[in-house]
Amino acid sequence: MNALLFRPRDLLLAGAIVLLAIAISTRYGAFVSLSNLLNVYNDTAILIMLAFAQTAVILTRCIDLSVAANLALTGMIVAQLNTIAPGVPILALIALALLIGAVLGAINGFLVWKIAIPPIVVTLGTLTIYRGLIFVIAGGEWVNAHQMSDAFKAFPRETLFGVPVLSWISLLLIVVMGLVLTRTALGRSFYAVGGNPAAAVYAGIDPGRVRFLAYTISGAISGLCGYLWVSRYAVAYVDIANGFELDVVAACVIGGVSIAGGIGTTAGAVLGALFLGVIKNALPVIDVSPFWQMAISGAAIILAVAFNARAERTKGRIILKRAETTA
Amino acid sequence: MSETAANPRRIPDRLSGRGMAALQSWESLLVVVAIAVFVANTLASPYFLDPYSLSDATYNFTERAMIGFAMALLIISGEIDLSVASIIALASTAMGAAAAAGFGIPVLVVVALVVGLVCGAFNGFLVTRLGLPSIVVTIGTLSLFRGIAFIVLGDQAYTSYPSGFSWFGMGYVFWVVTFELVLFVVFAVIYGIVLHKTNFGRQVTVIGNNPTAALFSGIRVARVKFILFLLTGVMSGIAAVCLTARLGSTRPSIALGWELEVVTMVVLGGVNILGGSGTIPGVVLGAMIMGMVTFGLGLLNVPGTVMSIFTGILLIAVIALPIVWRRVRTRMRT
Amino acid sequence: MLHDSSIAASVPAIALSGVSKSFPGVKALNAVALTLHAGEVTALVGENGAGKSTLVKILTGIHQPDAGEITVRGEPMRFATPQAAAEAGVTAIHQETVLFDELSVAENVFLGHAPRTRFGFVDWATMERRARDLLKGIGASIDPRLPLKDLGIANQHLVAVARALSTDAQVVIMDEPTAALSQKEIEELYTLVETLKENGKAILFISHKFDEIFRIADRYTVFRDGEMVAEGRIAETDSNALVRLMVGRAVDTIFPERETKAGEPVLTVSGYSHPTEFADIGFELRRGEILGFYGLVGAGRSEFMQALFGITKPSKGAIRIDSEVAVIRSPAEAIEKGIVYVPEERGRQGAVGPLPIFQNITLPSLTRTSRRGFLRLAEEFALARQYGERLDLRAASLDQPVGNLSGGNQQKVVIAKWLATQPKIIILDEPTKGVDIGSKAAVHAFMSELVEQGLSIIMVSSEIPEIMGMSDRVIVMREGRIAATYEREAITAEKLVRAAAAIGEAA
Repeated sequence: MNALLFRPRDLLLAGAIVLLAIAISTRYGAFVSLSNLLNVYNDTAILIMLAFAQTAVILTRCIDLSVAANLALTGMIVAQLNTIAPGVPILALIALALLIGAVLGAINGFLVWKIAIPPIVVTLGTLTIYRGLIFVIAGGEWVNAHQMSDAFKAFPRETLFGVPVLSWISLLLIVVMGLVLTRTALGRSFYAVGGNPAAAVYAGIDPGRVRFLAYTISGAISGLCGYLWVSRYAVAYVDIANGFELDVVAACVIGGVSIAGGIGTTAGAVLGALFLGVIKNALPVIDVSPFWQMAISGAAIILAVAFNARAERTKGRIILKRAETTA
Repeated sequence: MSETAANPRRIPDRLSGRGMAALQSWESLLVVVAIAVFVANTLASPYFLDPYSLSDATYNFTERAMIGFAMALLIISGEIDLSVASIIALASTAMGAAAAAGFGIPVLVVVALVVGLVCGAFNGFLVTRLGLPSIVVTIGTLSLFRGIAFIVLGDQAYTSYPSGFSWFGMGYVFWVVTFELVLFVVFAVIYGIVLHKTNFGRQVTVIGNNPTAALFSGIRVARVKFILFLLTGVMSGIAAVCLTARLGSTRPSIALGWELEVVTMVVLGGVNILGGSGTIPGVVLGAMIMGMVTFGLGLLNVPGTVMSIFTGILLIAVIALPIVWRRVRTRMRT
Repeated sequence: MLHDSSIAASVPAIALSGVSKSFPGVKALNAVALTLHAGEVTALVGENGAGKSTLVKILTGIHQPDAGEITVRGEPMRFATPQAAAEAGVTAIHQETVLFDELSVAENVFLGHAPRTRFGFVDWATMERRARDLLKGIGASIDPRLPLKDLGIANQHLVAVARALSTDAQVVIMDEPTAALSQKEIEELYTLVETLKENGKAILFISHKFDEIFRIADRYTVFRDGEMVAEGRIAETDSNALVRLMVGRAVDTIFPERETKAGEPVLTVSGYSHPTEFADIGFELRRGEILGFYGLVGAGRSEFMQALFGITKPSKGAIRIDSEVAVIRSPAEAIEKGIVYVPEERGRQGAVGPLPIFQNITLPSLTRTSRRGFLRLAEEFALARQYGERLDLRAASLDQPVGNLSGGNQQKVVIAKWLATQPKIIILDEPTKGVDIGSKAAVHAFMSELVEQGLSIIMVSSEIPEIMGMSDRVIVMREGRIAATYEREAITAEKLVRAAAAIGEAA
């Protein structure tokens, strides 16, 4: 069982994050204080959740570049709704965000499944469409903090046992995703479809349908993150989370999720996101310009994918070794 | 199958003439669309038909199309480069730094080309030598190259370029024909010949159709792909010269999101995103249609973000339509 | 047609009648019938391309037949999906192991029908316990928690068997189950088949090896060119009769008569080794000679040939071409030195399906048909026509995509492509695999013609009649090494099989 949640690689990455945190603390001791670590986690919570969304899709040998645009569009819709009808309860808004996100994700899934358009093209296309729609819906206007109801803004910041609701939601999602990926037929079929689509057909699994569901899940999580992002930062406009899809892909790749599909764990995705989160939060405190972050993400993607490729290289048929063991 | 009925002694070269094939092609459909867009623009805005206005319209596609030609070859070979816009940002930043250091125009151009070449070589090395998937590699370098521009510039900008530099972006060679338009035509011809008339172009097509069979046929697959990454890098460097000269300034966010527009343009031009087929005339038409659509929408005061909806729908529609069409046709037959 | 009246007595476990299936360009199955009975092993025999794989795919719900009827225990059924076939109790152990490298053994056994807990979650504990039991039942002690990729080929095969048994199927299809197994493992498999028989399963056993068909099967069904040509009881036939039914004529008339007149050595290989795939390969190839390479699937023959052609790098060893030392680091260099390789996997490694015939044929000869790197279409067409017609290629035009041709004509295009480079040495890897009988004879006749013109041929083949009918000498490979070499006069089928499977040593 543990092999499903963790891989040796994940422990390595966890070690790297701890070392990184220790290295930072030599320059700025307060970095490893509990309150700061909780801050760092809370700051990374949305990235962690989106990394799950992306992991589900990448496991099936696809990619979803529209997660950030989905987040921004859903965020704008719930923010607008909140300004028009402040009385709508927050839980209803969250349900709505999940639904809108799921529909946007299902559109991707449908195009990949039924029309058989390459995933990257579909999500590049919907990325630009979703962004454009935000402009149309909002008429290019911002929704600012003073237009949002207090309950709307307060929800993710409420604390429970000293930990913000935002963090709790992401922790809950870690548990749910862990269960889905390791304990449900759907989760296991993600691995099967990504690992060997032809064999999946023989096992009675329809790869197209599984991919559709992966995109729908990815969309629903992105939609949820849309509300959380907009309420946490108390602003909604066209360009929120612009380019964030790359950070999400980076988190997955760093976390050991294979872009070729079929390989990856929940723990890996969390750790990949945390790695980026620690770096992002550390840059200002160790006096490095935040403008470094983009280049660091890029370098991390390249290093991680090179590292993964070495680890995943198939051994090929070992004819001679067999000769030795049977002889 | 009529193959058994054919005379084995003498196999004809072709059954239908090349003219017939050309008429049924994607390109002839694009020509119709291009004419329709042109007419629509003419009707929509009285300013459109003015020669200078038309000349301005070409800026909407010339720079992107230059990259598009190299990208077309790369996509036909089965790879992709999503870092092109970031190469522009890095090359432009390097030019800005060189200009700030007092270097002249020739040095600036060389700097941009070298940056493009080095970036292309870096992508090519990671993909062909280390065997990494190009889509992830270039998402990484997309972040890395522009990230370096951000490190250098932060929220600053280079704005002082030598006088005369702007000619690369706005100069006229004669009458309303701009330098960029001339460059676009020249590159269209060169890339058209390379893809359709040379051994190299044939090898690119073969690799995109079946890389293993290409390798087994003695084609140096890794070398061909590496050259294509180099070309894409250099073309991005050239586009950086034109764009920087036209804008007269460099910010790290220069050409943001162009990678998607270039890919859309290439796919609209009939290049198969999965590799293996595509034509340069198609890319030329795709580029002109996209340029005219955005220019026309601009004349109607439609904001840029809304235009991106059209870009996105166009991208999905041009891939989906042939697939859906083929399916409808086979369903009608049975 | 031969018919056995006693078949009608009991209700068959599964019966097919009038089943047809066409693919673009090929009629794979033409109104075939097949009947399987509980507690019996039926051998399905037929040459490559006779329609056996298509039949398996129809039985497992991967393909839907264009026409015909399937009945399970007398009930008409439609296998619209693989699930429908599984639910009807049909399961298959496939030729290529179709399993999941990254998943655990237990999951590979139960994927798609994993045991669930009360809450609908996958029940890992039960799954692993049942997988262990199933594996134990077939005599395999494999830890069900290991990832599949950590297992050897033989054990992966046993996992596939366990998977087939996990659904409690009544009909078990075994598609060349012994292809990659050692003699000891094959014996274990026979025991397993006996157990299945005793448990009342109906077994469809697909094999090319006559010894095992006669050892294990109760009945036989023969397919030829997509049609069912005969069925009956194994006890009432012999191997010669089966071969005649398979090929439609006596074997000895298939292969062209040819005088061996081997000349001086053109290729000398010594000590060729690879870290994992082959070791210490050394031999001489003479002018005008066909050198056969026989062995079981996975004996390292293709791997060695690909190293000779420059696709993989050998770790040790040297070659001489025309007694000059040569180094080959890439296919381009091999072609330059006059060595060409017609690969086994025609669709993946040989033909470029979507491209026209002429572009396929001129591919390795582009430098000759072009000027300063610019294509010259007229010369390409001329070259393509010259070699296409020489090989009696049947095509509507040279502009036709290769993918639309039949398997035999595709193979002709691939061979034409290599002949156009005017090579000295041709390596043919399973040259008639998946090729219809007419094209097969054409390929064989053409090979004879080539060696008479002074070319040298290395032919890798797993078909004993082909090896015996065509080769001047035969090298047998086993587990990456040369196991034996025989001159033409000394070749017998029994010697080949014994050398390939190490029967002499095991006994």
